[in-house]
Amino acid sequence: MARDLLDFVGIVPLLPLIGAAVLLLFGKRIGEPVAGWIATGLMGAAFVWSLVMFGAMLSLPEDARSNVSVTFKWLHVDQLDVQFGFLADPLSITWILLVTGVGSLIFLYSIGYMHGDPNFGRFFAYMSLFAGSMLLLVLGSSFLLTFLGWEGVGLCSYLLIAYWFERNSAAVAGKKAFVMNRVGDVGFLIAMFILIAEFGSLDYSTMGANAMGASKAVSTAIALLLLVAAIGKSAQIPLFPWLTDAMEGPTPVSALIHAATMVTAGVFLIARAHPFFEASGDAMTVVAWVGGLTALLAGGAALLQPDIKRVLAYSTISQLGYMFLALGVGAYTAAVFMVLTHAFFKGCLFLGAGSVIEGNEENQDMRIMGRFRKFLPYTAIGMSIAWLSISGIPPFAGFWSKDSILESAYLSGDYGPWIVGLLAAIFTAGYMTRLIQLTFYGNERFRPGEAEHPAPAVSGGSDDDAATAQGAGATATLDPETDPADAIDPADTEDALGYDPDFSPTVSFVEPPRTTRLGDHDPREAPIVMVVPILTLAFLALVGGLMNIPIEGLEFLDEWLAPVFAGVQQPHPESFAQGFVLEAISVAFALVGITIALLLYRRGLRNAAADPLRDRTGPVGPTLGHAYYYDEGLAAFTDGPGTKTAVFLDETVDQRIIDGGVNGIAKLIRQGGLGLRKLQDGYVRRYAIGILLGVVALLLFLVAYVAR
Amino acid sequence: MSSSSLALTITPSYYLVLAAALFTIGAVGVLVRRNVIVMFMSVELMLNAVNLTFVAFASALDDTAGQVLVFFTLTVAAAEVAVGLAIIVAIFRRRRGMTADDLKVLQG
Repeated sequence: MARDLLDFVGIVPLLPLIGAAVLLLFGKRIGEPVAGWIATGLMGAAFVWSLVMFGAMLSLPEDARSNVSVTFKWLHVDQLDVQFGFLADPLSITWILLVTGVGSLIFLYSIGYMHGDPNFGRFFAYMSLFAGSMLLLVLGSSFLLTFLGWEGVGLCSYLLIAYWFERNSAAVAGKKAFVMNRVGDVGFLIAMFILIAEFGSLDYSTMGANAMGASKAVSTAIALLLLVAAIGKSAQIPLFPWLTDAMEGPTPVSALIHAATMVTAGVFLIARAHPFFEASGDAMTVVAWVGGLTALLAGGAALLQPDIKRVLAYSTISQLGYMFLALGVGAYTAAVFMVLTHAFFKGCLFLGAGSVIEGNEENQDMRIMGRFRKFLPYTAIGMSIAWLSISGIPPFAGFWSKDSILESAYLSGDYGPWIVGLLAAIFTAGYMTRLIQLTFYGNERFRPGEAEHPAPAVSGGSDDDAATAQGAGATATLDPETDPADAIDPADTEDALGYDPDFSPTVSFVEPPRTTRLGDHDPREAPIVMVVPILTLAFLALVGGLMNIPIEGLEFLDEWLAPVFAGVQQPHPESFAQGFVLEAISVAFALVGITIALLLYRRGLRNAAADPLRDRTGPVGPTLGHAYYYDEGLAAFTDGPGTKTAVFLDETVDQRIIDGGVNGIAKLIRQGGLGLRKLQDGYVRRYAIGILLGVVALLLFLVAYVAR
Repeated sequence: MSSSSLALTITPSYYLVLAAALFTIGAVGVLVRRNVIVMFMSVELMLNAVNLTFVAFASALDDTAGQVLVFFTLTVAAAEVAVGLAIIVAIFRRRRGMTADDLKVLQG
């Protein structure tokens, strides 16, 4: 009975996909707010069905919790047979619960956030398409179906980042995300090619046995290529810059795609393909270090960003780094646990940030915020809970998940990633405390009078920064002289589009504090459809730890995921005392971060142009603010040698050698044909001679060879 | 009249030489003449040269298969004559006389 029910798991992705189809076709006609309610309703229905699937799965005995339902035969080529099937097991069920659950909350929130947007229907169409693709990704029974979803979420990410495509910075950011993701996708493709060549199968069901029988070199190659794919999708070093630029999209998009779901696809892929990583061993070490370094470096970069969403973006990269760290030390459950709690607190933080931005006339510059708790009380409560959660303070959800990762890192015996992770915990607590203090506490800096006369900058680093402000970063603001929209009355354009194409909400590190857009009215709290999701997610960020408390009998997630990771020895503390000491250490590191940030930002900013942390860190400050100049370096490289190489490849290799070769063959055949055409001149007697000569030649051949 | 002076035995090679000569005449006729009727007759000559070969071999090898084949050839030749003459008549009606080279107009 339960197994029969699980055969209908395909309904989960089907519901949002139906929503996407309906809204793409009729979205404009349906309009606001019905389009949003349709999408939200279908998403909610998908969540309910996911719960049914969860129940069905629970009713099965533990060793039978895996069910493949084949819909149809997808591909059949020679030895390769790929079914279009869905795999329901604890791992995929966890993910569909997450995607549909957090997804419906964010859909609900979007109804409020996207209010007044002329393309309301299109927004929800893309969001539904995204959710459907993500669900296909996690439910696929083979690498190929996962890849289909993988590409689908990449596409939707592009569409949604560049949703306000009249805005140059948004259009550029969308393209950047797409291209960077494509780099990772190449890894996925090559990994699949190797899988086909080596095992002739892309199915997950045979993967475990295949990995067992494969040589170490093959396993390592597959694992590392899948890691490349995961790095692209989950914005790890070196493919991370797209995620911060993705903040150009509407905030619910940032919450849904770039915090809660899509970016965790990389974690999912590694967890799904863990037999290859386990068989390789070396690949695991690489995963751990990629994750650890990303957690640390992205955490550092988040410390000084003035833009509320960019802090959260770097924070997301950093937290994903933690998940990779967990995967790398073999603590798959800890990674999944982190995915879940991260979706709660980061979803809450992003939705809260959206509420701050919305209630503050599209201003994302934290330097001109302050003391918002008075005006946005519910958002302040929600985000404060999420802050403590992400910082790793007990008993919030983030503490349990982060602690289990750090604990596993220590217990794996490889102390390097553990220490890196602890340092990153200081940063995490630091940047998040700074964000909360600058936004909700301290002094009020959003009154028009105060921002108009900023004191001159005192920090040494800011002068040369201004020169690089218009540097190659994709977020560089649009040059007004080259903008064709300039000739039209800006107010008209804004009415038609629903936004001002020249206004870039993203605040870069080098920008001086912006002038407030509030006028003389106060910031205001968001409507109820936005507050409810924020508080729901905050509640989950508070109690989410109950899923997996490291006490005998309360480790529900461990038990639930055990069938998926059967045969893998996950690190686990030997004794309660050992676990307790490790927990105390990680809490201590978090408290250090919070204390430092509180000392610096408790009173807010005396001067909006000067950041106390930046003033005290000397040359380190700008380096962190520029994210180690990685983006600038990448842009300079692409502009210089990159462009040169591309031009060389285009003009010399492609146009001359490849095109020349192809055209040359065509020319040769054409000339040959023109020559041969002369033979057919229409004189019957000449044809007769041809026939005669042919017969004679045949006879001679027969006499000479065959008759002998 | 002694029969010994007339000891001229007719061997199959006589027939074959004759057939080869006829075939060559026919082939050359097809190649060098431009009159379609004459070319047509030359083709007939070639066919009959082949028939002669068949019969000669049938007799020499004491195998009737060759004679049977001759019937086939005759049948095909009759059909060919019917079709070929019809074409020639059709062309004649259109063009009031022709040579084989006139068929060049069909080249397109």
